[in-house]
Amino acid sequence: MKRWLPLVLFIVLVGFFAKGLFLNPREVPSPFIGRNAPAFTLPLVGNSNAVFSPAEMKGRVWMLNVWAPWCVSCRQEHGFMMQLAQTGVIPVVGLNWKDKDREAASLLARTGSPYVAVPEDLDGRVGIDYGVTGTPETYLIDQAGIVRLKHIGPINPEVWKNKFEPKLKELGA
Amino acid sequence: MKYLLLTLLLAFSLPVPANEPASEPSSAPKEALPNADDPVIEQRLVNLAEDLRCLVCQNESLAGSHAALAEDLRREIRTQMKAGKDDKQVIAYLTERYGDFVLYRPPFKPETWLLWLGPLLFLGIGGGAWVMTLRRRRAVPVAPMNEKMRAAAAQLLEEK
Repeated sequence: MKRWLPLVLFIVLVGFFAKGLFLNPREVPSPFIGRNAPAFTLPLVGNSNAVFSPAEMKGRVWMLNVWAPWCVSCRQEHGFMMQLAQTGVIPVVGLNWKDKDREAASLLARTGSPYVAVPEDLDGRVGIDYGVTGTPETYLIDQAGIVRLKHIGPINPEVWKNKFEPKLKELGA
Repeated sequence: MKYLLLTLLLAFSLPVPANEPASEPSSAPKEALPNADDPVIEQRLVNLAEDLRCLVCQNESLAGSHAALAEDLRREIRTQMKAGKDDKQVIAYLTERYGDFVLYRPPFKPETWLLWLGPLLFLGIGGGAWVMTLRRRRAVPVAPMNEKMRAAAAQLLEEK
């Protein structure tokens, strides 16, 4: 038994390393889960006279998708977001983050928009208020305006099924 | 063998970040260069940002990172310092949004007890094992030599 102890310890250590190796260091836990989604008021892309504020979504379960026209992974998830928009399961607001070149309006006109509203966060300050580190990032916000889930990276059918659907069921939406 | 190792290392380096760092086509990278209009605040910013993690390139400090988000955060910190907030308030502002992960020195609290005390724990385990081994070794009685052994030893020495 004693002879095997070093081997056992070694295997345990390898187990820890293997787990650590496959963790995604970008999956930083969000401090917003269970807290109120920060308030903001931003002009809409393509119509700067109108504004959007999260308070408008009170009473509904919705998603805030942080994206940008310069973001390649956002195009990856665009197809799925379009499908999602067609099913009408959940309204998605697309926060256009740090779009200095103001390409969002023309891009959405070309590719179609999965969003119910596209507020424009030109200097990225609202992004900072939400703890955004990159795009895309998606927040699931409940009827009372509380953040329930944050996903870092593009959403695909698998992520949707494993991460979002169970949470939506929990929220009764 | 070398190639195998290389292949393995490359294979493990493949997992790419799930999301994209804030790397919109930006102009020439700017650093937190001493700002002429307030050197005191600029010095405070650099001192503070040395201990903060850049969320995009996670092994770089907020002071040294060229990432666009780091620039934005420095600008934000600068604004807050100009508004008269002290370092603690600025750190609270950041941890409220990005969690303790932005701090290179994690705070001492129940979730981080293992992190802070882990090394001591391991030192204790190792030290304990060492002391026990020494004790056990001392407890083994030294077998007294008899005549025969003495003769054999003398013969061995002689041969040299």
